[in-house]
Amino acid sequence: MAHADTVIDDTIFHLEDDHGHAESGSSTMLGFWIYLMSDCLIFAMLFAVYGVLGGNYAAGPAPKDLFDLPLVALNTTMLLLSSITYGFAMLEMAKGRVRPMQVWLVITGLFGLAFLGIELYEFAHFIHEGATPQRSGFLSSFFTLVGTHGLHVTFGLVWLVVLMVQVSRHGLIAANQRRLMCLSMFWHFLDVIWIGVFTFVYLMGMLR
Amino acid sequence: MSAGHQIDTSDHSHAHHGVDHGSLRGYLSGFGLSVVLTAIPFWLVMTNALGNQMASAIAIMAFAVVQIIVHMVFFLHMNTRSESGWTMMALIFTLILVVIALTGSLWVMYHLNVNMMPGHEMSQIP
Repeated sequence: MAHADTVIDDTIFHLEDDHGHAESGSSTMLGFWIYLMSDCLIFAMLFAVYGVLGGNYAAGPAPKDLFDLPLVALNTTMLLLSSITYGFAMLEMAKGRVRPMQVWLVITGLFGLAFLGIELYEFAHFIHEGATPQRSGFLSSFFTLVGTHGLHVTFGLVWLVVLMVQVSRHGLIAANQRRLMCLSMFWHFLDVIWIGVFTFVYLMGMLR
Repeated sequence: MSAGHQIDTSDHSHAHHGVDHGSLRGYLSGFGLSVVLTAIPFWLVMTNALGNQMASAIAIMAFAVVQIIVHMVFFLHMNTRSESGWTMMALIFTLILVVIALTGSLWVMYHLNVNMMPGHEMSQIP
């Protein structure tokens, strides 16, 4: 017991030591990571709901009647490209080059917008065909899961624009670098969730 | 991790300490792997190359798991060292919760449907 206490004390001391470097953003990174993990749990619950309700068509349209895989592949490409361009922006940030970084952020934002546009087009198409969220359990859970992801991308885009304004006004100060790294994690995390969405919702839906 | 280090490293993007931004090579290899790992499952489903739904389902799930790991390593820069391993601990804890919640929900609700709703043919498991 005494030994365990010592270990805990050591850990706390180490974290305080880390914290000593003001503006290092180290604790922010860990905190943001824990936020992302809790967000991951939200998505896990929505995946579970889709897994449970995804087969309840209520004599309505099934995935095979609705999903257009080439469109989903295009959407996936957009999100993947936005992930890599954000990575390029981070590399420019590491070199302290503001202008190229801003250009990559703009490209990232455009790919994100393209993703959202395609997704909204898809949703509008479904609703136009009568496949509304209230049509069946499958469609309710589908719109909730994919819509929540789309909402995250929307807020990520808002955040991206805000940070581009921040950087253009204040430059690459430590606080802005920390914020850009948080958004980097958020953005890549959304791409990870999308892997689950296109695999379990779209591809598995077509196999059913 | 400190701001000074990141700017001082100038041309060597992969030469800084702690939680880093990755390297150009890391991002490009992650991207290349992701493209392949995305293209193959889409191709498998669109052409029904395996000719067997169960085999296709298992294959695309395997590809998804591998791609998630690729993203974690190359884009999110997960490793066991950052934050003295606390990010990895948080991730493992979350994964345990996710596995319990997902398998538990699917398992319980599947059996509930099978046992409680005779006469209805509902395929539950994706």
